[in-house]
Amino acid sequence: MACHGAEGRATPEGYYPRIAGKPPGYLFNELVNFRVGRRHFPMMSYMVDRQTDAFLRELAEYFGNLRLPYATRDTSHVAAALLERGRTLVTKGDAGLRVPACKSCHGESLLGVLPAVPGLLGLSPDYVIGQLGAWRNHTRRAREPDCMASIASRLRSEDLAALGWWLASQHVPADAAPAPDFEAKPPISCGSFDE
Amino acid sequence: MRTRLALAALAVLVLALLVFLFVGPKDRTEGEAPPPSVSLGATAIERGRALVTLADCRPCHTARGGADFAGGRAITTPFGIFYSPNITPDPQTGIGTWTSDDFWHALHNGYSRDGRPLYPTFPYTNYTKISRRDAQDMYEYLRTIAPVRKPSREHELRFPYDRTVALMLWRRLFFRPGVYQPDPAHSSKWNRGAYLVEGLAHCSACHEARNSLGAIRSERNPAGGLVLNWYAPSLARSHEAGLQTWPEQQIVEFLATGRTADAAGMGPMAEVIYESLQHVPPSELDAMAAYLKSIPGASEARPLVTSRATDPAVLASGREIYGKNCARCHGDDGRGKPPAALALAGNRAVTMPSVTNPVRIVLYGGYPPGTAGNPRPFGMPPFADRLTNVEIAEVLTYVRSAWGNRAGAVSANDVLRNRTGPEW
Repeated sequence: MACHGAEGRATPEGYYPRIAGKPPGYLFNELVNFRVGRRHFPMMSYMVDRQTDAFLRELAEYFGNLRLPYATRDTSHVAAALLERGRTLVTKGDAGLRVPACKSCHGESLLGVLPAVPGLLGLSPDYVIGQLGAWRNHTRRAREPDCMASIASRLRSEDLAALGWWLASQHVPADAAPAPDFEAKPPISCGSFDE
Repeated sequence: MRTRLALAALAVLVLALLVFLFVGPKDRTEGEAPPPSVSLGATAIERGRALVTLADCRPCHTARGGADFAGGRAITTPFGIFYSPNITPDPQTGIGTWTSDDFWHALHNGYSRDGRPLYPTFPYTNYTKISRRDAQDMYEYLRTIAPVRKPSREHELRFPYDRTVALMLWRRLFFRPGVYQPDPAHSSKWNRGAYLVEGLAHCSACHEARNSLGAIRSERNPAGGLVLNWYAPSLARSHEAGLQTWPEQQIVEFLATGRTADAAGMGPMAEVIYESLQHVPPSELDAMAAYLKSIPGASEARPLVTSRATDPAVLASGREIYGKNCARCHGDDGRGKPPAALALAGNRAVTMPSVTNPVRIVLYGGYPPGTAGNPRPFGMPPFADRLTNVEIAEVLTYVRSAWGNRAGAVSANDVLRNRTGPEW
């Protein structure tokens, strides 16, 4: 909470990601990824290194089940074309780049799908851009098949900012929660769909 | 004639050096370990597993996310970076072709199978006290680990530490092989504890001070040691981590769970507890506690404080920072909110002469290990991103001099030196 905001509700203004309301399975997977070195952030690895899975799962459940209001980021200074590109990628994808729509896996409301696909809203653009960049550089990984590594590598550089800013601009209703299941079969297979 | 004399003198010198380097004093290779009060296992492999756990081999010989015992963990020292080798039974890259004699030679004498002397980062300076029979059991257990094909990485050492002759000289100066010799003046429990603390569990590898050549200065050296980026407090000083006044049961509680009412194991000690000590039979911890208690505590007669913080502006600023960031958990009176937040008033971890650990805990947070006895440990959040070096120095200076604490000031440079990241 020192970094991720009161009760984990960091806003899109900073860098540290919001954790409140993300699917618990996702939060647990990431805690483990920090421990085994698939993600690199020394402060996180240091925190989880010598904790049991049972405790990490408990932490993930606690933060994942919080339902707290979201903030949006003012994007009036961002070029309309860039935001439009972000919207297109999120809702339709880019067939030419073989990039599926974000919505097809992260849920119609973009708040994730239980148990382990993360929500994409309420995050700072810097964080989203940073994570996509980390996937392209292979410094952020997930269990194989690492679908996000493939998708991030196909994006054009300017798409990262387009996604980060459009996602941060989205208003989230107060009762927002991750979807219980995929609405249709996801277009890609991911090792991190489950815990 | 003169040249010939000089040459002869040089030859004698070289010979003397060689004799000094290679002919050591008498070694003790025989003898049984003081027996544990409960069986560590019915088979050699079971006993070996328990002994390998006590010796804490796995965490050093395992890289983050890597296969158990397959090596590759980097250990940063003032002499360079050491990479732990693969000790799985893989014949090409591990120790699959090692005989039991080879393994003993490494543990007891500090030599690799190919005859190369090993660096004391591998604590054979302690393991030499292990009995031949225990070493055999450890060997049997290590044979059962899944073999992993992973070449060991060469150490990256600075000159002259990368020279074999330097290592040989070091060994000759500071290493005496010898199995633990029981002290008949003490009980079998105490002797078992001494065997574990000085040998298998290699506590002194961290808790005793090292000289500039990386050798432990003396037996029961009271100074504590700066290792793995942390300060391992002295077990022979009651104002550091000496256990002379702790009840045995409290020592066992700390070693088994990582927490007592007013102390928590953090940093490298959290790793030792998580990986090793929490899995050790209670009777073995009892024995260690009995021995640890008996280590003589250094006299407190000398003044401990060299520079009492007296600058009122620093203290006022530190007090304000404390009120904003610390008081909610640790209390305005520094008495903490047990069990969540430890008391800072009278807390040795806060007031000991070295400021390294308090600085690191404020920077990177403090996380006791999750153990069976303390499965949901309370942690302290990191402040590296929220407070500047000056602010951390001021708040620690305040904490070290408030509520009856009488320790020296912390400088912004002390904080800066530790901004290298939380890991070791």
